[in-house]
Amino acid sequence: MNQTIPGTILFDGVQARKGYALNKMCFSFNSADARDEFRRDEAAYIRKYGLNEEQAAAVRDRDVLGLLAAGGNVYYLAKFAGILGLDVQDLGAAQTGMSKEAFKSRLIAQNKQPSTLPAAATGG
Amino acid sequence: MAKIVGGLTTSHVPAIGSAIAKGMQQEPYWKPFFDGFPPVRAWLDDIKPDIAVVFYNDHGLNFFLDKMPTFAVGAAPEYRNADEGWGIPTLPPFKGDPELSWHIINHLVDREFDVTTCQEMLVDHAFTLPLKLFWPQDDCPVHTVPICINTVQFPLPSARRCYALGKAVGEAIASWNSDKKVVVLGTGGLSHQLDGERAGFINKPFDLKFMDSLIDDPQWATQFSIHELVEKTGTQGVELLMWLATRAAVPGAVRKVHTNYHIPISNTAAGMMALEAQD
Repeated sequence: MNQTIPGTILFDGVQARKGYALNKMCFSFNSADARDEFRRDEAAYIRKYGLNEEQAAAVRDRDVLGLLAAGGNVYYLAKFAGILGLDVQDLGAAQTGMSKEAFKSRLIAQNKQPSTLPAAATGG
Repeated sequence: MAKIVGGLTTSHVPAIGSAIAKGMQQEPYWKPFFDGFPPVRAWLDDIKPDIAVVFYNDHGLNFFLDKMPTFAVGAAPEYRNADEGWGIPTLPPFKGDPELSWHIINHLVDREFDVTTCQEMLVDHAFTLPLKLFWPQDDCPVHTVPICINTVQFPLPSARRCYALGKAVGEAIASWNSDKKVVVLGTGGLSHQLDGERAGFINKPFDLKFMDSLIDDPQWATQFSIHELVEKTGTQGVELLMWLATRAAVPGAVRKVHTNYHIPISNTAAGMMALEAQD
């Protein structure tokens, strides 16, 4: 079921097991001391949390889709993005291959969607 | 017995915290969102609830993947906000109401909801910002009971199950031997997706239909599986589960006090509803 919605990875047990070390590192970034420690020596901090090579490379490359594929969960990855000074529009742009401005324009353009569902989709 | 005065729902985007801290409420980007709240505050000033029972989802402040409860109920005398890692200002602690917490916990377990109880619980922006939006004064006047529903790690509880949880919470409040007035608050949604190539997904017609359904057909969304809800509302749009639990907790018919819907705040279709209990 994990790949049945296009462009979407559901964070299920498979992802939660795969991404545990990566997410644990990102969870640690709730602490300002941990964020400073990461900034001082990224490689050492990555080793301390036991990230695998795929995860370490995705962190080094700031590769958002790579971080998700390596088991990252967006709620924890957001704390890593915070260290980098990136907001969710930056992340959206990075994942969709758009510029940030184009991504923001696309969000605003969603206002043009219809206000009512097609009759068949309204359900019971 | 305690009285349920109504239900409040709102989106809980972290950037709202920065906007409040910087006093940006009337800037063009933020005005359509913040202008939804004064009519609700006027209603709250009139009704004066004593306690807010808050359905929200933690975003990796209190709970990590080492222990991830499906339903967690706060039972603390106060709830502290803390650094979430991205620099939004930390808000002062919120008062708890352990007596109501334990009444709800006892009732829920009696009704076969096997909840996790938390005598210490950090509360993140999903709890703090909605309280700040509805009660902007420095000292939040309501006591609080947080109820956290897992939307981080699948499997998530179904819409039907969250509705049943809300209903049981409403029964618990209504059977509490107290003269307190209780408002139920649900935070999150509406449609948005932060992660993956589908980032930026928004579904306006579904959101508007969902908001309408909460007024007079509150079980409408329980027909959908979690997978269908993610498909229709995005990976984080599924936070509408909090709205569903909130509406289920308010028994019987409701009167619409005020609603607001605005695209976008951050990457989110921001919704807000205030519903007054009629029974």
